[in-house]
Amino acid sequence: MITIIDYGSGNIRAIANIYEKLNIPYKIATRPEEIIRATKLILPGVGAFDETISKLDEIGFRDVLDNEVLQNKVPIIGICVGMQILAETSEEGILKGLGYIKGHVKKIDVSMLNSKPKLPHLGWNSIEINKKHAILNNIDPQRGFYFLHSYYFECSDVNDILTTTEYGNSFSSSVCHNNVYGFQFHPEKSHSNGVNLLYNFAKQ
Amino acid sequence: MLRSRIIPCLLIHKKGVVKTVNFKDPKYVGDPINAVKIFNEKEVDELLVLDIDATVEGREPDFEMIRNLAFECRMPFCYGGGIKSVEQAKKIISLGAEKVAISSAAISNPEILRSIGNAVGFQSVVVVMDVIKKNFFGGYEITTHNAKKSSSVKLNDFLRTIQQIGIGELVINAVDDDGKMTGYDFKLFDFVREKTDMPMTILGGVGTLEDIKMAIRRYKTLGAGAGSLFVFKGKYKAVLINYPSFEERNYLYQV
Repeated sequence: MITIIDYGSGNIRAIANIYEKLNIPYKIATRPEEIIRATKLILPGVGAFDETISKLDEIGFRDVLDNEVLQNKVPIIGICVGMQILAETSEEGILKGLGYIKGHVKKIDVSMLNSKPKLPHLGWNSIEINKKHAILNNIDPQRGFYFLHSYYFECSDVNDILTTTEYGNSFSSSVCHNNVYGFQFHPEKSHSNGVNLLYNFAKQ
Repeated sequence: MLRSRIIPCLLIHKKGVVKTVNFKDPKYVGDPINAVKIFNEKEVDELLVLDIDATVEGREPDFEMIRNLAFECRMPFCYGGGIKSVEQAKKIISLGAEKVAISSAAISNPEILRSIGNAVGFQSVVVVMDVIKKNFFGGYEITTHNAKKSSSVKLNDFLRTIQQIGIGELVINAVDDDGKMTGYDFKLFDFVREKTDMPMTILGGVGTLEDIKMAIRRYKTLGAGAGSLFVFKGKYKAVLINYPSFEERNYLYQV
């Protein structure tokens, strides 16, 4: 079953509401043992990098997650800061990320922007598809998605970049490596594009 | 390209959606859930829902209503009205709202914003400032309780305080223009834009999509809020929930 990891970070309810409307069974896991035998995992997240990874560690999710994702190859999506903690390190903090996708989290370069507010990158932005993938079926790149962040994921391997978005510079708005997906935007708050993406993840 | 957010603002009075003029004479325009369903179909950028009874009646936010609205919303949803404590803010976020809007509690004690920010994340903390023109010579006053109470807080000081706390967004509501549909008060918003760096949403006075286009041209990236425009149609103000299509919006973004 699709299992949403609830470690006190991110809009769990909004993701659950979409699966409820789609009549797709899901469960919410608040303890590590509850993600064992999940068929799909969703890792939301908001806030600072270190604070987010600490919350995950405090509840003891990391070891179980490592095992499910790296050994059992359970598909997982990280959303917003949930995506950023998939990286190895971040400019925003000192703690080690999960490291499921090779890369580093950096602050958005605002030197080219000339109107306030420069940060956060807040609102609806389009995406450009870098690599065709079934999870992007029925997504309208022009309409794009809802974003709210000040840092972005820089992939070490450009082949892991699914989509890019322009703000200050061009950054990876979606990444994918094998069974691991990361989305910088909020599919749970992005109308039909977001619903389609969560549906594609459930069905593939 | 990042698009400015065009944000319908729904006022809740006696469990219905209403529209006011100068914060008075609420006219019933429909059922909140029904309005959200229509705004879902129209794929609105974001939704701001303000319960205008809660603070005046001195009661808690209506959590059941918030739960029902959050269940429907497929877009970021900001709730405001009667939020006085960290616990209330946490509960509203846990029900699926994206942001909590705080007004009177923040004006009487800005430190509450820091506590709420630490609990739910500062990106989710929105301040709503109801502002009236003080006199003919300029100068503005911050009000609370649906503009019935004036506060002694100076606009300049308050902006500095919330900027320093680092809230996620500021909504400036121009009371004098509410429901008039005669255009935005750019003088007020220019002042706030100059003094602050945070995301800003402006509200009050929008009569046409051209008003929104003008605001986007002026500020480049902003939240352009409107009430009447998205619930009324035509010069006799017939009730009709509406929102520009994606193509119409693309025209508004061209500056």
